[in-house]
Amino acid sequence: MLHGINLACVRGDRELFRDVNFSLEAGGLMQVRGPNGSGKTSLLRMLCGLSNPAAGEIRWGDAPIRALDGEYYAAMTYIGHLSGTKDDLTVIENLCISSALAGFEIEAGQAKEALNHIGLRGREALPVKVLSQGQRRRVALARLLVCKTPLWILDEPLVALDVLAVKLIQELLERHLKEGGMVVMTTHQEIDITATSTTQLHLA
Amino acid sequence: MFMWIIKRDLLLAVRRQSDVLTTLFFFIIVVSLFPLSVGPEMNMLRTMAPGVVWVAALLASMLSLGRMFSNDYLDGTLEQMLLSPQSLSLLVLGKAFAHWLVTGVPLVLMAPVLGIQYDLPAEALLVLTSALLLGTPVLSLIGAIGAALTLGLRGGGVLVSLLVLPLYIPVLIFGSGAVEANMSGVEFSAHLSLIGAFLLVTAVFAPWAAAWSLRVSLE
Repeated sequence: MLHGINLACVRGDRELFRDVNFSLEAGGLMQVRGPNGSGKTSLLRMLCGLSNPAAGEIRWGDAPIRALDGEYYAAMTYIGHLSGTKDDLTVIENLCISSALAGFEIEAGQAKEALNHIGLRGREALPVKVLSQGQRRRVALARLLVCKTPLWILDEPLVALDVLAVKLIQELLERHLKEGGMVVMTTHQEIDITATSTTQLHLA
Repeated sequence: MFMWIIKRDLLLAVRRQSDVLTTLFFFIIVVSLFPLSVGPEMNMLRTMAPGVVWVAALLASMLSLGRMFSNDYLDGTLEQMLLSPQSLSLLVLGKAFAHWLVTGVPLVLMAPVLGIQYDLPAEALLVLTSALLLGTPVLSLIGAIGAALTLGLRGGGVLVSLLVLPLYIPVLIFGSGAVEANMSGVEFSAHLSLIGAFLLVTAVFAPWAAAWSLRVSLE
């Protein structure tokens, strides 16, 4: 489904990586590993179409993602370093609005259920600015529960999460993979996720 | 989708009223400074009124341009908008419309009250208000391009004024021209039609240009 062909990334006059090839099929998990500054986030931003690779091509199915545009975005959820939540909006408003912008209009009940599941019961009406880092992360990750897209691109999803939340996300990812979804993620934490096929991509 | 982005931006404006009020008070104060500084010469005040109100409106609308995309950029919501399956141009149009509702409409509503300071006749006040009603959305739309181009740059606030103010000139000329024409007894509808034409053209092209600049800025 998702293929990277001879990808290269250049930042300034420094080449971060070149000739990166991978291919991810339904049910597949790809973990991108590498030291700080090796281009993990740059690769993920390329995969979701925010930036262009210096060389090579990314294909979704048979078409390059640039050509698919909206069709690709409808099939993908990206959660980056930035939480993508508004400080002045409440937790539930944030979830409803961000999923509506992603093309999934949800009812308040559905949003509440997702927030309960992710461990934010009773915090729905609080503005995000009063939440802790870990709780903000949970608000961002709650999008995964309501946006039913096949491809998830997650940049350090486990940062700032406690042990229970890490377990929760692990289960969430396993269920998604079992249902035929795809996950591309970076993490520095050791985490065991069972998937039909796991690819490790090492960036030097 | 379009409605969601407007709803979101209005909700944010309600939660942060200070942002809205500073723009409005800036406009009120700048317009009020002129009669105080040039003295109570009625004829002079009447002739300068349209120009002063329009220039103050341009500056006030520009004051809030920096915030149009930068907050969304900093917290990552802009990234998510770029990855939305909906058209980014439509989202930008929604954001510009929300910007106009929050910063433009209060100015339009205040303009007739401020015009009294300049001893403008009732009909001229009406023309001034309708010219502003047609012209302020153009300011938000053109401003969206400038805000998108300067996103994430150091000193973006000054740069955005250098980029955007020259583009505001046509609206300024015809906006204040309409009131002057009315006061000297000439037909003013041509001026208003021209501003209307600017509005239509910018409504089509500005969101597209701003969307394109956003993609470049975030790369």
